[in-house]
Amino acid sequence: MTASPVTRRDFLKVSAVAGGGLLLGFRLSEAAGKSTTFKPNAWVSIAPDGSVTLTCHRNEMGQDVHTSLSMLLAEELGVDPRRVRVVQAPADAVYINTMLGAQITGGSTSIREAWMPLRQAGATARVMLVSAAAAQWNVPAADCRAENGLVLHGQQRATYGSLADAASRLPIPKDVPLKDVARFSVIGKDIPRLDGRDKARGRTVFGMDVQRPGMLYAALVPCPVMGGKVSSYNAAGVSTRRGVKAVVNIGEGVAVVADHYWIARSAADAVQIKWDEGPAASLDTAAVFAALDSARNRPGFVAKQAGDVSGPLASGALEAAYTSQMLAHATLEPQNCTARVSGDGVDVWASVQFPQGAQGAAAQAAGVPPQQVRIHPQFIGGGFGRRLENDFVGQAVAIAKAVPGSAVQLIWTRPQDMQHDFYRPPSLHVMRGAVDNGRIVAFSAKLISPSITARAFPPFVQNGNDPFMTEGLVNFTYDIPNVELRTVIEEVGIRVGFWRSVSHALNAFAIESFVDELAQTARQDPVAFRLSMLEKMPRQHAVLERAARAAGYTAAAAKGRAFGVASMECYDTHIAMVCEVSGSADRVKLERISVCADCGVAVHPDQAIAQLQGGVVTGLMHALRSKITVTKGRVDQSNFHDFPLLRMNEVPPIVVELVHSGGKPGGMGEVGTPLVAPAVANAVFALTGKRIRSTPLEDGGVRFA
Amino acid sequence: MATLLLNGKTVTVDASPDTPLLWVLRDHLKLTGTKFGCGAALCGACTVHVDGVATRSCVTPLSALAGRRVTSIEGLHGRVGDAVQAAWDKHQVPQCGYCQSGQVMTAAALLAKNASPSDSQIVESMQGNLCRCGTYGRIRAAVRDAAVSLEVKS
Repeated sequence: MTASPVTRRDFLKVSAVAGGGLLLGFRLSEAAGKSTTFKPNAWVSIAPDGSVTLTCHRNEMGQDVHTSLSMLLAEELGVDPRRVRVVQAPADAVYINTMLGAQITGGSTSIREAWMPLRQAGATARVMLVSAAAAQWNVPAADCRAENGLVLHGQQRATYGSLADAASRLPIPKDVPLKDVARFSVIGKDIPRLDGRDKARGRTVFGMDVQRPGMLYAALVPCPVMGGKVSSYNAAGVSTRRGVKAVVNIGEGVAVVADHYWIARSAADAVQIKWDEGPAASLDTAAVFAALDSARNRPGFVAKQAGDVSGPLASGALEAAYTSQMLAHATLEPQNCTARVSGDGVDVWASVQFPQGAQGAAAQAAGVPPQQVRIHPQFIGGGFGRRLENDFVGQAVAIAKAVPGSAVQLIWTRPQDMQHDFYRPPSLHVMRGAVDNGRIVAFSAKLISPSITARAFPPFVQNGNDPFMTEGLVNFTYDIPNVELRTVIEEVGIRVGFWRSVSHALNAFAIESFVDELAQTARQDPVAFRLSMLEKMPRQHAVLERAARAAGYTAAAAKGRAFGVASMECYDTHIAMVCEVSGSADRVKLERISVCADCGVAVHPDQAIAQLQGGVVTGLMHALRSKITVTKGRVDQSNFHDFPLLRMNEVPPIVVELVHSGGKPGGMGEVGTPLVAPAVANAVFALTGKRIRSTPLEDGGVRFA
Repeated sequence: MATLLLNGKTVTVDASPDTPLLWVLRDHLKLTGTKFGCGAALCGACTVHVDGVATRSCVTPLSALAGRRVTSIEGLHGRVGDAVQAAWDKHQVPQCGYCQSGQVMTAAALLAKNASPSDSQIVESMQGNLCRCGTYGRIRAAVRDAAVSLEVKS
């Protein structure tokens, strides 16, 4: 995701909380406007018993924000990060992500965006605690030090808890200095994840695990065609079943509310529904890709330009078209939401990546102002961008309106989840390039796809520029004299959404495959070819060299073995990947995937590695065989038998090297994903001579063991 | 009314006989450690032990459980369960964590039957459990490690 130009002016606010604790936070002023709910704008609180609580404003979906953001705070506050208690922040304007302009967990922004403010929050609190102690002891603050939850001066010591009340009465200092990097004792060290033990013991409360007093369950039957509506329905014999509380037509489907889930589910499936299938009812996959192809001559938006490609491409250019499939998010926790509509407003308990969006969706469904909606975000059983959407929140609230005062938990089935997703956009790339004297002299790419942003955040698309489509183009790394990278928005009738790494994956597959094609045309080794174009990008150059070394890369691999390489910058992180394969086209075995990434500072290195490992597995979904297809407006896939996720036996060893080049941290949540498809495709070419230009690669005439 | 031997205790449930064990646990008994993922025995998130065997609770009706011993993640105690969970901690396995109850239950059932599985036996036992976050490398290492620790202790 690209930073939006939100101007911010932070100031610290401090207030005494019940029990005399210290509550500190940053408030966004002009840009964010006023808080939409009454909630002290705080990240950190210190109780008289010394316990430190982080109100975590980003949602935990496996990417480690609870632990790594606690580490940022703890580093400067001077406390043991393993003892920080984390509570999840509600929807509140104070928690807006300044890189995205809304309270969103996504875009690999969490650490990048919190890097300064959370450390400043910790440092400011520490300075105030030291001031409070110095005043009590009547000594200069400069002579005191703070560490491990204590302020120390000579033989004197005071716990943070004992100082909390006094500190909360002090003025808030400005421009508190932050620790020198060389003195970091928390950042860059490995500690156990704060949420790890519970997750191994089934104790973590995900959205679907929420229990409310007297809670009812809802099962929905949505229109099988995307965008279709209920025309009429017959619930005879259903509404009178034991345990059934209500049958609710919410327009896009019919829901049954019951005192137990299985009763609701069985009853919902017995409702007879006639559908108005709407305009999507004639849509097929072939038409989707034909629509993209019909737009290939549109000029679109120029995302990046250098020199003039027209001359060098006029004669003897290499041309190729690449396509990527639609994909479902397939979070393992199906979409669900618990909602209660009552006289004092609306409560929503759910796994969400965009709490403010959830608030808006709930408010709209309930017909109340957003201020009357309280969002209670829960642990997320897989996000990957799916839970930036809040369709299920609106549905749950619409259903809960029928049983005012009762909490209702709506649970989708797996087929519903797979067939009512916001799919990764189908894409077509038109690529052209020319080589001369062993180097690329001109390179052009044109991405044609529907626009997620035009659907989800329309004001951000201006003059044909969807800033999420240009990801992987504006940050093109190669030094080539003539470059032209374009995007063309072509709507195809598919509801599209943000899918881990968004357009980086689409653009990387086409660009990094095509660079390989040009290397072959130039009769150059694919690694050396790339390195020669990265001399002005030393960090990128270094990760590619190191990935190749870690993989044991050689252009002349043993017979029956081969390597494929890919490289890019994304989310302020430099990454390169090498895939080693063996076998033959009818049975390609993935031997190993080697990754080297330079994210500047890895706040929690073990979990940065975990993100890369997991990101690679997600990339294999793109590369190997998973796909969403559509027939007559209906998604053909329904569960994991026909939309396979990778299984343990299919995932090769993934070797990760981190480079700690310093400076500011880069993103980590999505960077492992985009290079997998091109690295695997390039390895398949090196092994078999078969250049596959569409994903999933298995549709291109290769089988993976 | 049906009676169930769950986590070492006899419990009574007012649910129809066709109700899957998954929903008996999650909804009727409020034991939410066992997860709903697919409803079709394809992902393993709902894995429990029935008479010690790793079983997909989403397709196991209540009517099939008369006289059987059921263990859910909440009732996983003892040498093998502790070793598995300690290994999960050591290898920092979970990311989102949603599949992990099922992974842990499958691993515990494997090690209870075979305390020193080969790598291919580990993969064979675990490949029915999907992890959307892709923690497989760490799961494999943790199962191996749990086996080693059980060997050392026995």
